[in-house]
Amino acid sequence: MRAARRHGGTAVGSRREFLASVVVGLVTVLPPYRPAAQDSLPGAGPSGRLWDPDRAGRPLPPVTAADNDAALQAIEKQIHCTCGCNLDVYTCRTTDFTCAVSPAMHARVVALAREGKTGQQILDQFVRENGVAILMAPPKHGFNLAGYFVPSLVIVVAGAILTLVLRRWARAVPAPVAPRPSAVAASPEELERLRRELDRLSV
Amino acid sequence: MTVLGSICLWLAFLLGVWGALAGIVGGLSGRSDLARSGRHAVFAMCGALLVAVFALEWALFHHDFNVEYVAAYTSRNLPIFYTWSALYAGQKGSLLFWATVLSVFGSLAMALTPRHNRPLLPYVAGVVSAVAAFFISVMLFAWLVPPHTSANPFDRLPYTPLDGGGLNPQLQNPGMVFHPPMLYLGYISITIPFAFAIAALLSKRLDSDWLVAIRKWTLLSWLFLSIGICLGMWWAYVELGWGGYWAWDPVENASLLPWLTMTAFLHSVMIQEKRGMLKKWNLGLIIGSWLLSIFGTFLTRSGVISSVHSFTQSSVGYFFLAFLVVAGVASYTLYAKRLPLLEAETRLESMISREASFLFNNLLLVGIAFAVLWGTLFPILSEWIVGVKITWGPPTFYFVNIPLGLALLALTGIGPLIAWRRASVPNLKRQFAVPVTVGVFAALIVLVAGMREFYATVAIGLGAFVLGTVTQEFDRGARARHRQYGEVYVLALGRLLARNRRRYGGYIVHTGIVILFVAFAGMAFKTETEATLRPGESVSLRSPYGYTYTFTSLGLSQYDALNRQVTAAAVEVRRDGKTIGLLNPEKRQHVDGLGRPTFQPSTEPSIMSLLREDLYVVLGGVVNGTEQAVFRFTINPLVWWVWYGGLIVALGGLIVMWPGGGSPAVKRSQAGYAVRLVGEK
Repeated sequence: MRAARRHGGTAVGSRREFLASVVVGLVTVLPPYRPAAQDSLPGAGPSGRLWDPDRAGRPLPPVTAADNDAALQAIEKQIHCTCGCNLDVYTCRTTDFTCAVSPAMHARVVALAREGKTGQQILDQFVRENGVAILMAPPKHGFNLAGYFVPSLVIVVAGAILTLVLRRWARAVPAPVAPRPSAVAASPEELERLRRELDRLSV
Repeated sequence: MTVLGSICLWLAFLLGVWGALAGIVGGLSGRSDLARSGRHAVFAMCGALLVAVFALEWALFHHDFNVEYVAAYTSRNLPIFYTWSALYAGQKGSLLFWATVLSVFGSLAMALTPRHNRPLLPYVAGVVSAVAAFFISVMLFAWLVPPHTSANPFDRLPYTPLDGGGLNPQLQNPGMVFHPPMLYLGYISITIPFAFAIAALLSKRLDSDWLVAIRKWTLLSWLFLSIGICLGMWWAYVELGWGGYWAWDPVENASLLPWLTMTAFLHSVMIQEKRGMLKKWNLGLIIGSWLLSIFGTFLTRSGVISSVHSFTQSSVGYFFLAFLVVAGVASYTLYAKRLPLLEAETRLESMISREASFLFNNLLLVGIAFAVLWGTLFPILSEWIVGVKITWGPPTFYFVNIPLGLALLALTGIGPLIAWRRASVPNLKRQFAVPVTVGVFAALIVLVAGMREFYATVAIGLGAFVLGTVTQEFDRGARARHRQYGEVYVLALGRLLARNRRRYGGYIVHTGIVILFVAFAGMAFKTETEATLRPGESVSLRSPYGYTYTFTSLGLSQYDALNRQVTAAAVEVRRDGKTIGLLNPEKRQHVDGLGRPTFQPSTEPSIMSLLREDLYVVLGGVVNGTEQAVFRFTINPLVWWVWYGGLIVALGGLIVMWPGGGSPAVKRSQAGYAVRLVGEK
């Protein structure tokens, strides 16, 4: 019995060791304790960490004053993003925030502005580096003038031709025959009234 | 089922070829058996294509991922709503959809065309069959042309994936379920008026009958196109996240081109009906509109111009280009041959007449279409001619098109004020006095209120002028009824509209157009800012109306939805210190049925639409995995009015189209006014 107790004592000792090893094992196996994440309350200090940040897309840097600079935005709205989106740099970088090209182009605009370059100089720099296709609207010279003015010119010329043709048609129509004297004569006022009524009824 | 689908596709192709041959040969030779066979072939082709569509939908709904198209555009967890729309989400499915809808329209034309127009039907059947057979041939034979990519929606993969790739997140929007079919219906239904026009040319029956036969079809196409374009704008606005609704993208432009020429036709056809003039012009417009619809399809599918809407580049572009050239040359050659039969019955009597104003309206509409086409193709021209690659972005389109659009708006108000045939000076004074006063007064009010945007001020002034015109027309008509029949004013207005739907429905369309123009002008006053906000932090933005909006981040939450993992922000909105609502912009990571990410995370803007302005918030992302989030806040003035204007345009179009308002005989006799063949007694 004693032996058994001793054995049992040994057994007790083993149990402690066993429990200790279980605890140590659990501590090493289980992930480190993290306090339960809670949604932050308004004004309750630093923001909490998201459960799975990857779901929120590419990590973004905080917005800077340069991001909202109206002058820089105006420049970026004249530069074509080269990611294939067909948008300007400003619109692309603020649309779905997944594009990596437009933020880089934005950083380049900011860097050039910090060097003291004017808006036109920044645009010229982009044209030197990327070609004229980098501009959302090509400059108004050379062949580009055709792009800007041919449609209006065509419409003006067509309008002039149309006016001439219509005038000729209108002249070609025989002049109204003098009205035969009718039994009931109408005064000019009555004729005008009749014309008004006919105009009103016309579809 | 896909085997059945493939068989039906081949059957439909053979029926299309037979229908084209039998219809046209039967019509030209006068063989009634062939003509009848051609007409019946359209019904049979329609049946075969409907079975093919059913087979593809069966594969889509049963997740048969061994079918390449099903694996490419759906996943097990895709909502049923979007599983259906996957039918036209991809190149191959949309070709099948196109051919099927065309065959349905063709069958309806065969069934619904009145008896007196029956002689045109064999030719109509021939043209419809030929066009449908072309679309089917693209599906069946695209693989023969480099780069040898197949366009058959029933192609199978050598293996069966566990799940499909899913539908592009941007297409998972209710607008996308309705917008493409509406546009397709618009594009496709133009084929019917085109077929009647070709039938009239082939048969030399160039009297008024073909015009009556196509009027409803033309209106239907125009209505579908109008609704499709508006839905596309709405989808771009609520889904894409850039805060606008029209980017002058080549594919957007392609949808505008036939809409403009169809609008021109709907105006000029009135001159043909009333005065027997412009027969050549009207036929040319119908043929041109159809060619532009095919051109739009070519742009979307060829990859010749960079567009966010384009399907993957493949060989189908060559098919469309060849078809466009062949169809264009054939149509206009036939047209040129028939020109002597299309002489006008009457001449213009005065430059100051409604006919002349309609001609200038047509000039502007077609001119704007040319300007849009010119701008769309100009980068290609620049590269070809001077070897310089350029970008022709929205600023260039605004530069060219805003003045033209405003001139068109002015003519929208001027046209209805001028009498048919000849207007007298006293008549013009009487007609213009009120609308011009209203327009000038409105422009002065906005100037005094501090508006300094030139184009916006002009748009508002002209808009008020057109509304003055429309109101005056309704008022005079209602007063006339009141005097004549003793009806109370409201009843007189209702009956006025009911008795002359075409005229007054048209005025309602004009009202919608005015609202659209003024709403477009509102975008000149867009205000926006970017901000990084922690929970509890705010940013303020001042609207053009002088309100101060304060946006406060309340924090972010993450949760799983059916086929996506969502990160949502809660943003409280206050106007001048008073809480007016909560916005919830999202980032979405779409996943397939096995939880694997399918696309890059996308943004889902949250919009508060107010009568004066929209508050538009985009969640860009988060900083260092925390709740500190990057937002873009935009105030878009008058956007709600864009949708409202679109609705009014659609309503006006429906009123114009609504059946009734006189017997077919009366309409025919109206249309037949002075419209006789030269030399015909």
